This record gives sequence, C-alpha cells and structure tokens, in this order.
Amino acid sequence: MSGFTIALRYVKRSPYQALAAISIMTLTFFVAGLIFLVGLTSSTILTYFESRPQITAFFSDNKTTEQIADLQNKLQSTGKVSMIKYISKEEALQIYKDQNAQDPILLEMVTADILPASIEVSATDAKDLSFLADILDTEEGVEDVVYQKDVIDSLISWTSAIRTIGLMLFVFLAVVSLLIILTVTGIRIALRKEEIEILRLVGASGWYIKSPFLMEGMIYGVLGGFISWIVIYILILYATPFLKPIFTGLPITLPPPLIIMLLFLLGNSLGGGLLGVIGSFIAVKRYLK
Amino acid sequence: MLDFSSVSKKFGISTALDNISFTISSGEFVFLVGPSGAGKTTILKLIINDMVPTSGKITFDGKDITKLHSSQTPYLRRKIGMIFQDFKVLNDRTILENVSVALEILGKKKSEIISQSLKVLKLVGLGNKADFFPAQLSAGELQRVAIARAVIGNPKMLLADEPTGNLDPKTGWDILKLLSSINKKGTTIIMATHNADIVNSMDKRVIKLSAGKMIKDVKKGKYN
Repeated sequence: MSGFTIALRYVKRSPYQALAAISIMTLTFFVAGLIFLVGLTSSTILTYFESRPQITAFFSDNKTTEQIADLQNKLQSTGKVSMIKYISKEEALQIYKDQNAQDPILLEMVTADILPASIEVSATDAKDLSFLADILDTEEGVEDVVYQKDVIDSLISWTSAIRTIGLMLFVFLAVVSLLIILTVTGIRIALRKEEIEILRLVGASGWYIKSPFLMEGMIYGVLGGFISWIVIYILILYATPFLKPIFTGLPITLPPPLIIMLLFLLGNSLGGGLLGVIGSFIAVKRYLK
Repeated sequence: MLDFSSVSKKFGISTALDNISFTISSGEFVFLVGPSGAGKTTILKLIINDMVPTSGKITFDGKDITKLHSSQTPYLRRKIGMIFQDFKVLNDRTILENVSVALEILGKKKSEIISQSLKVLKLVGLGNKADFFPAQLSAGELQRVAIARAVIGNPKMLLADEPTGNLDPKTGWDILKLLSSINKKGTTIIMATHNADIVNSMDKRVIKLSAGKMIKDVKKGKYN
C-alpha cells in the first residue's frame, strides 16, 4: 500500500476527526478566498479610477490658454500627475454632442460659448488626488473642480480595512487549522504506536512510516481548499444578478472568467495542501522520534 | 557473519550485558538460553540496532553496526528477520497484507508482492487464510504469519524471541520444525528461549546467559 492509500484508510477510519480537520480548513480558505476576491476586485476598481481623468477643472471664460498652460506646468512639476488633457470649448461641445446624439432638442440649445474649457488631470496615485485638487481650487480663474474623491477615499479605506481584518482573521484561522491538523496527526500517531513499532522492526524507512501522516494532512488541506472554492463559486454565481448593477461601467466581469476561477482553485488547493503538510510535519517531528 | 566483541550494556546502574563475546557463522542455528532478565532479548535488540551497547563492538556481515547511522538501521533490519513471543502482527490488516508489508517497504511491484506473499503463506501452511484478519487466527497461526513476514524478504538471519512462549507444546513444536526447515535452506537462526525440551531435543549450539554474563557456549549443547 502506498502512503496515499494508507492515509485514505486513516481518514475513513476516523471520520469525525477528519471532518473537524476538513471543516476548519474549509473555513480558513473560505476567508482566504474572500480576501483574495475582495482584494482583486478593489485593486481592479482602483486601477480603473487611477487610469482615468480623475479631476476635471472648469475655467472661467477670461482664463487665457497661456495661463492654462502655466497651470499645467505647475501641476506637472509636482511629480504626482500621470496625464493632463486640455479640452477646449469646441471639444467640450463635441463631447456634449456625442453624449446627447439621441436628443436633438438638447443639441439645438447649446453652443461652444456656453460650455467652459477644462483640463482633465490623472494622478499617479489615487491618494494624491486631494493635493492636486487643492492646487486647482486655489487657482484664479478656475470655476469648479470635480473629482471622485469620496468614491476613491471610501474605496481605499474600505479596501484597507477589509484587507487588514481579513488578513488577521486568516492568520488566526490558519494557526487554528495548523493546531487542529497537528492534534489530529498526533492522535493518529499515538493510536498507531504499535503499528509504527512493527514497521520499524521489519525495516520500514522513515519516509514509509511518516508519509501516510503527511499525506493525511495534505488531503485535509486540499479538500478544505477545494470545498471552500466550490462554496465561493456558488456564492458568486448566486450574487451575480445583484452585483452586476453595482459594478456597471467598471471593468469587473461577473461571474469571473473560468481561467481566474481555476487559478483561484489552484491557489486554494495548493495553499490548503501546504498548510496541511506543515501541520502534520510538525506533529511527525514532535511525536515520531 | 555476526560477531560480538566484549559487548556490555548498562541501563543506569544495572548491567544487562557484561563483556559478552561470541561469533556466529552463516547457516548456524543458535539457542540463547537463560532465565528472564538474563540478557537474551537485549542481545537480539543490539543485533537489530534497536539499542546500542555501552561498550564493545558488534559486527554483522563485516560491518560495525554500533557505528551505524540511524538512517541506515532500516537497511540492516531488511537483512535480519525477527519474530516475537507476542507475534506483533498488524491487527487491522489481512494476513496477506501483514506479510506483504515486508516487501512493500522494499518498493517491489504490487503483482510481485502479492504472488510472493501467497507463495510464502502457502509455505507456512496458511495459503487458504490470506484474506483472514489476525482476530480470526489461532496463536500458532499468528506465529506462522510472523514467520512468513520475517522470511519473505530472504533475510540472512532470523531472530526469534521466545517464539513458542505463547503456544501450546504441539504448536510450539510445529513452529520449531518450520524454523528448522528455514535454517536448512541456509538462513542463520538465533532463537531466545527458556523451553528446555526444545533445546535439549534439537542438539544445536547453545549460548547460556545468566544475569548478563555468558556462562556457556556449547556447539551441540543442552539447556542445563
């Protein structure tokens, strides 16, 4: 019998211990999976906002193009700007026309004179948006400054809070999982003390004796990672109709592409397997001398 | 084949073996006799490197096993089969699995393991009980399982620690006949026992121990 077959036999013979170990592993990797997905989504959204013109400053009619060019240079010199785009009155009219092409009545009433010239400013880091907005706010001839400060600020704070709490929870659960695997393996070793002694006497190598225990830990971890992946996938599919409207206009695909989910499964299973092996390895080191 | 040279073993202040020296050649059948606590089992444990002597040198097959690294012990034990008074069978495995474990650890092919295990079980008279579990077997049959497991890997030496101790006289004799036939095929056997009838009738070499000292080593000896 191979180490894997013996490990499966151990799992079948003590189903409650196995269930406890698999459950805690599932919970751990469910939390890890959620952190991963929240992290992936939030970073995609942040990247999206960061790559867009995030601040728009509208100028009064008496602001000259030279003054606007000076302002652009002033902004560039901060080193916190990734892109600045000037939109003249004529370009603004064109944008307006494109956006309202379906409504000719609205188009008739608007001319280039009543639309303000503007600049669109992208920051290299979303955190610098308020700094750039302050420069624009204090500039003479700037009538209005529009930017998605609230959205980005709350996104950054929520993401950071979720990541911190999630990571703390994950670390806690990972430690608990490790202890449970260690305990289960320790009980197994104690129960099979006589068998281990016999195997040693007939000349079994250390690896032959230890491998079933390591495999058992790995089985718990991989199963935990796999089950948590299934639960998360089902949750995503269930929540997709409710989440889609929230993410409209954002580069978030729901449900996520299969390749992403398969990579996620791979990560969860490998992570689970690794945690399981580490737990049982510690037990083997501790109890199998 | 096996050489004990001034071997002593102490456990704290008590002496289990005191300056023991003997040599056993290939193909010999040797009885280790003496009362309980004489040091018979200690000698067997030293041979399989289950413990190391306090002083002295033990050579097996030309190698000093007292200097063997623990990682090499399994390889030594594959050359030395061992059977015990309490059989030491795996109760949750079938008879076939109990015997085949000795080949599994060598990494042999599954088909080879099964065919060889069945062959050895047949040799010890258990060919029809391969799928039985230990709980379904008598004490004599369990000892046969242990012998089958010990000899399946063709060891150079077989150590038997009181193999008839838990058996009735008739079954004990059956086991001895089996060991004798294994010895005739060339396997060296060292058997620790305090069964005087068996020792006296076999007319083999006898090493007698008492309180850790070797008091007799006779080529064709008797128990007393």
